[in-house]
Amino acid sequence: MRPFTYERAGSPAEAAAAAIRMQGARFIAGGTNLIDLMKIEVETPAHLIDVNGLGLDSIEGTQDGGLRIGALVSNADLSADKRVRRDYGVLTRAIVAGASGQLRNKATTGGNLLQRTRCPYFYDTNQPCNKRKPGSGCGAIGGFSRQLGIVGVSDKCIATYPGDMAVALRVLDAKVETVKPDGTTRTIPIGEFHRLWGDTPHIETALETGELITAVILPPPLGGRHFYHKVRDRRSYAFALVSIAAVIQQDGSGRVAVGGIAPKPWRVPAADAALPDAAAAARALTAGATPTEDNRFKIALVERTLAGVLAEARGEGATS
Amino acid sequence: MTIDHRTLLASRRGVLAGSAAGVAVHSASPAFAASSSQKADADPTAKVSLKVNGTDHALDVDTRTTLLDLLREHLKLAGTKKGCDHGQCGACTVMVNGERINSCLSFAVMHEGDEVTTIEGLGTPDDLHPLQDAFIEHDGYQCGYCTPGQICSAVAMLQEIRSGIPSHVQDDITEDPSVTELEMRERMSGNICRCGAYSNIAEALAEFAGETA
Repeated sequence: MRPFTYERAGSPAEAAAAAIRMQGARFIAGGTNLIDLMKIEVETPAHLIDVNGLGLDSIEGTQDGGLRIGALVSNADLSADKRVRRDYGVLTRAIVAGASGQLRNKATTGGNLLQRTRCPYFYDTNQPCNKRKPGSGCGAIGGFSRQLGIVGVSDKCIATYPGDMAVALRVLDAKVETVKPDGTTRTIPIGEFHRLWGDTPHIETALETGELITAVILPPPLGGRHFYHKVRDRRSYAFALVSIAAVIQQDGSGRVAVGGIAPKPWRVPAADAALPDAAAAARALTAGATPTEDNRFKIALVERTLAGVLAEARGEGATS
Repeated sequence: MTIDHRTLLASRRGVLAGSAAGVAVHSASPAFAASSSQKADADPTAKVSLKVNGTDHALDVDTRTTLLDLLREHLKLAGTKKGCDHGQCGACTVMVNGERINSCLSFAVMHEGDEVTTIEGLGTPDDLHPLQDAFIEHDGYQCGYCTPGQICSAVAMLQEIRSGIPSHVQDDITEDPSVTELEMRERMSGNICRCGAYSNIAEALAEFAGETA
């Protein structure tokens, strides 16, 4: 691991300002992804700004009946919040489907949004990777790509956004609240937070240099039944091959977002409109797919997983 | 038979209880510098004060030092194990302020003021933790390398169930979870046993959880 200097920030604005003052600075919260990547020198920050003391660790009701989740609320605490479990079940379901108990105790709401891809070629510094080293090529295209993306990918990168929580946030139309180094704040719709790779797969989010996530805002509850079905190579503690986050109303209408297939939690208006027709919704979600031979199965898996969700919503079949 | 087994275990591997001796206390100034210091020719260090198994420590460490390496290399508490060093195996699991974490994925300097409990803080060779007894009784290991992490993880895991943290295997996540084998298995998935002693670990947990329910 490369040497780095370390400081603790006293306020969100102070942290954001420090991030542009120091060359190569990064924020650190739970550290479960960043430290892992620092050990293999995929991440090489010269300076770490510890944001754990910023007090952004509470969940509060908003005036319109939604929730404001502080960026430092741990995955475990967010999953356990009574309001979240009652009104945003898809979010609790998604969080507890991911990682391990140990990791969920450390991982934070803000940090989880910034979790980097688990593409093996991103992790292996002996391999080309346009995300890790722009212009070096993509080892995954033509390589081992079972886990990788089928939609929204590019000829420069076929990595996926690996997380579960953000897939639920996408179906809930959450917003990400930030503060910039100049002290100004903004909210970014979750659908615009993660970028498609295009020609610049090393640029992963809408965040600007030094911009710090301070909270995630949930709109008022949607009602309906909440589902998060995750298909993976192991029944616990594994990343999704395909996951489906859905909120389904009594008349069969609803919303659906898909994880494990794209650079971002994947949601398509035509798919929501097609519900409760699983096949039609899945066709909309995988339209224009460019799978590899290794991950072509994900097209069928999206439809089957979604069909399972909708069957459960109708009261058929077992829960996941 | 149990006593023989226990003696063998303590003498041959000392894995369950770790080393009770060898606690190096560095009595540096308790004053904490909020920023790391860096001399021109030295790698950056920072001061951190924390409590481990009830004992206060104040250290000045390379900022790259993980909590795991601080425990093992600086405090000589080698009961906590380094398996994968990437948060995948759970051998390094300790409790920080009562919550289990992977100590390999946490920098020591980020634990200012924290209270850390390791396997050495749960039991000693002369006074085993009840879950250590249960592991011996049910043969919940072969090589024993994952065992300190399994035990630290399990003690905190049961507390998580009792405090209502939900899990993936609950049918109704609005309900409080209960201590069942299914729940315990799901919640222990972050602790890998390369020897495959899972069924015996599950039996040890069931016995311990039953006694403390």
